[in-house]
Amino acid sequence: MSARTAPPPSRERFGTAPTGSPGRRIGRALLGTAPIFVILAALLVWITIENPNFTDPPLFLLFLRRAAPLMVLAAGQLFVILAGEFDLSVGALITLVVIVAARLIDGEPERTWPVIALLLLFGLVVGLVNGLITTRLHVPSFITTLGMLLILDGATSYWTGGSPRGELPENFRQWGRLGIEDVPVLGQLPYAVFAVLIFGSIAVLILHFTAYGKQVYATGGNPRAAFLSGVNVSAVRTAAFVLSATSAVIAGILLGGFTGVSPDAGQGREFQAISAVVLGGAVLGGGRGAVVPAMAGALTLEAIFTLLNILGLESPLQYVVQGVIIIVAVAFAAFRQRTAR
Amino acid sequence: MRRRTFASWRAFSILLTLAVTAGASSMASAQTPASSSPFFNQEEFERQLAQRSIEPEGPADEPWIQAIQPENVDTGQYAQPAPWHVCFSNAGVNNPWRVVGWTTMQAEVELHPEIERFTAVDAEGDDNKQISDIQDLLGQECDALIVSPNTTEALTPAVEQACAANILVIVFDRGVNTDCPVTFIHPIGGYAFGADAAEFLSEQVPEGGNVLALRILPGVDVLETRWAAAEIIFNQNNINVVGVEFSEGDRARVKSIVTDYITRFGQIDGIWMDAGQDAVAAIEAFEDLGLDVPPITGEDQQDFLQKWSEDDLTAVAPTYPNFQWRTPIIAATMILSGQQVPAEWVLPQPVITAENLDQYLQPNMPPQHYALCGCENMPGFPERWGGDPAG
Repeated sequence: MSARTAPPPSRERFGTAPTGSPGRRIGRALLGTAPIFVILAALLVWITIENPNFTDPPLFLLFLRRAAPLMVLAAGQLFVILAGEFDLSVGALITLVVIVAARLIDGEPERTWPVIALLLLFGLVVGLVNGLITTRLHVPSFITTLGMLLILDGATSYWTGGSPRGELPENFRQWGRLGIEDVPVLGQLPYAVFAVLIFGSIAVLILHFTAYGKQVYATGGNPRAAFLSGVNVSAVRTAAFVLSATSAVIAGILLGGFTGVSPDAGQGREFQAISAVVLGGAVLGGGRGAVVPAMAGALTLEAIFTLLNILGLESPLQYVVQGVIIIVAVAFAAFRQRTAR
Repeated sequence: MRRRTFASWRAFSILLTLAVTAGASSMASAQTPASSSPFFNQEEFERQLAQRSIEPEGPADEPWIQAIQPENVDTGQYAQPAPWHVCFSNAGVNNPWRVVGWTTMQAEVELHPEIERFTAVDAEGDDNKQISDIQDLLGQECDALIVSPNTTEALTPAVEQACAANILVIVFDRGVNTDCPVTFIHPIGGYAFGADAAEFLSEQVPEGGNVLALRILPGVDVLETRWAAAEIIFNQNNINVVGVEFSEGDRARVKSIVTDYITRFGQIDGIWMDAGQDAVAAIEAFEDLGLDVPPITGEDQQDFLQKWSEDDLTAVAPTYPNFQWRTPIIAATMILSGQQVPAEWVLPQPVITAENLDQYLQPNMPPQHYALCGCENMPGFPERWGGDPAG
């Protein structure tokens, strides 16, 4: 087969990224995923109608602080989804981070930073293992990360014997719990909001302004075409898993700070992260999506939980609603993709 | 023809039962405001509330061998010379309460040299696994079989099968729908737990105050009874329950729910919880908003007791005492050596209050350690339970 007869990789399948200036690309990505912002705005208005205090700046910042771990997690998960994979291990990694941090730090403030460094390193290793097993051993990532979920969960509860030990000192907990005090109008500016801004900006930079970002889109859009045009598809995917695992470690630090030690800190977060990314317009299977809408998807999910609480829906029903939303979001994305052609 | 007659007779009897139960429940509701919960049982509710004020028999410093209104049964047929082989089918060690209890039970076994072998199987919270676990244990020549059932209905046939095998069966914690076991060991129960907490709030919360109820999961009988009792007490005392929310044991969710309720109602004057594992998260929600923490109910977890003591909160901690994990082993050795035991062994259910808080505080123990483990004088304490011997 000569190069001339091979069909040219369709621009459509490459998703939104490869052409145009970075600014235009982001603009187009935003436009393409605009529904999430409309939905988010509508939800926030609805919540405000039910609870007029909700939009008081200090209280709204508390809402953002609460959503912060999921927003970070969604930004990380986005890379994996864009590259055409899944990462189901992030929830278990979050639990591990909280439990291990509490036990290793055990209330000694001077151990906080070394332990955080150690956890980040551990996240790196988990991401690498996920990536290498998926790409080198050709195990579908669904299975790889499901296995990793079980391994991490099992290891964590084996290590603690089922009951967490130790304590998180104030200088660990502050990241998820405290903030800069006495800011005019806003009151307390939570550190977690900064963490979201910083991690979000880095994710935007990587995805929308680097060659690696383009390769992620290319890999997810059409791995064969990406490979033929010289993209190291395996390396791109492995790096996406590393980013996702890193986001889980950061989310774990924020969640542990927010709530303290808990044996269930990360439970179900992997599905929340995937739901958020899908809500943000990313297409499962890869190639389509952007950082800001994915994080908006996380915020939307948190707003839905808040609204359902206010409306007094019981938690089993909240699962039903979450399930319906994921399916509708994916169906909508598929519909839009069909009509776009 | 005979079949049809039988069928219509059955239909009639079902109708009759329905009519009778409907009549009974409407009569009950005429007396006291009954709970709407399908798990509610008026008779059991009243029995438990009464048991709270009955002095248990036995040594006060060893509540795990105390019993409320014991009616002893003859167990002579199970007596046999030591050494013994004791078997245990455990529902699971899937939460800190069960982890602490399981550790205590193993320590208890070591206190009895007559128990030569102790075989324990963990069902990992799975009814089907526990049913086959029990069947497996029946083939292992156990002198006694202790069962902590995962769920009541599903495990009843398996326990009946064990009884039929003429083995000494002891059930504790959750019950089964049969009285074939030699003894059923349990603390007073969920109604007493829920009522203790609700009565405290009814006293502490000002007239017309807002109470938020936080629950873990719907549909779990041992937790449903706690809420059913609280609902009745709150109704009787005209407490304004602004919300009943499920947290699923997710601390972040507890904190979010409490924050939402505070911002929505402006003020929450009391927090009722059906279990204390996430009580500290609820407390922090008030702290983070710069508010005083209102009266709150928890349980005997160390992190809650410590927070209560440090911040001088207005709180109460009903308990579902963890020391009940010692009793089945003790009961087994008693029965095997020919002593009598109560057919229903009702253990006391202490309540931690501001007055006795200090005696339950153990800052050297892990955050989810249960103060009522009854394990303080056992070999290996505190390290074996994750505690710090230096503290």
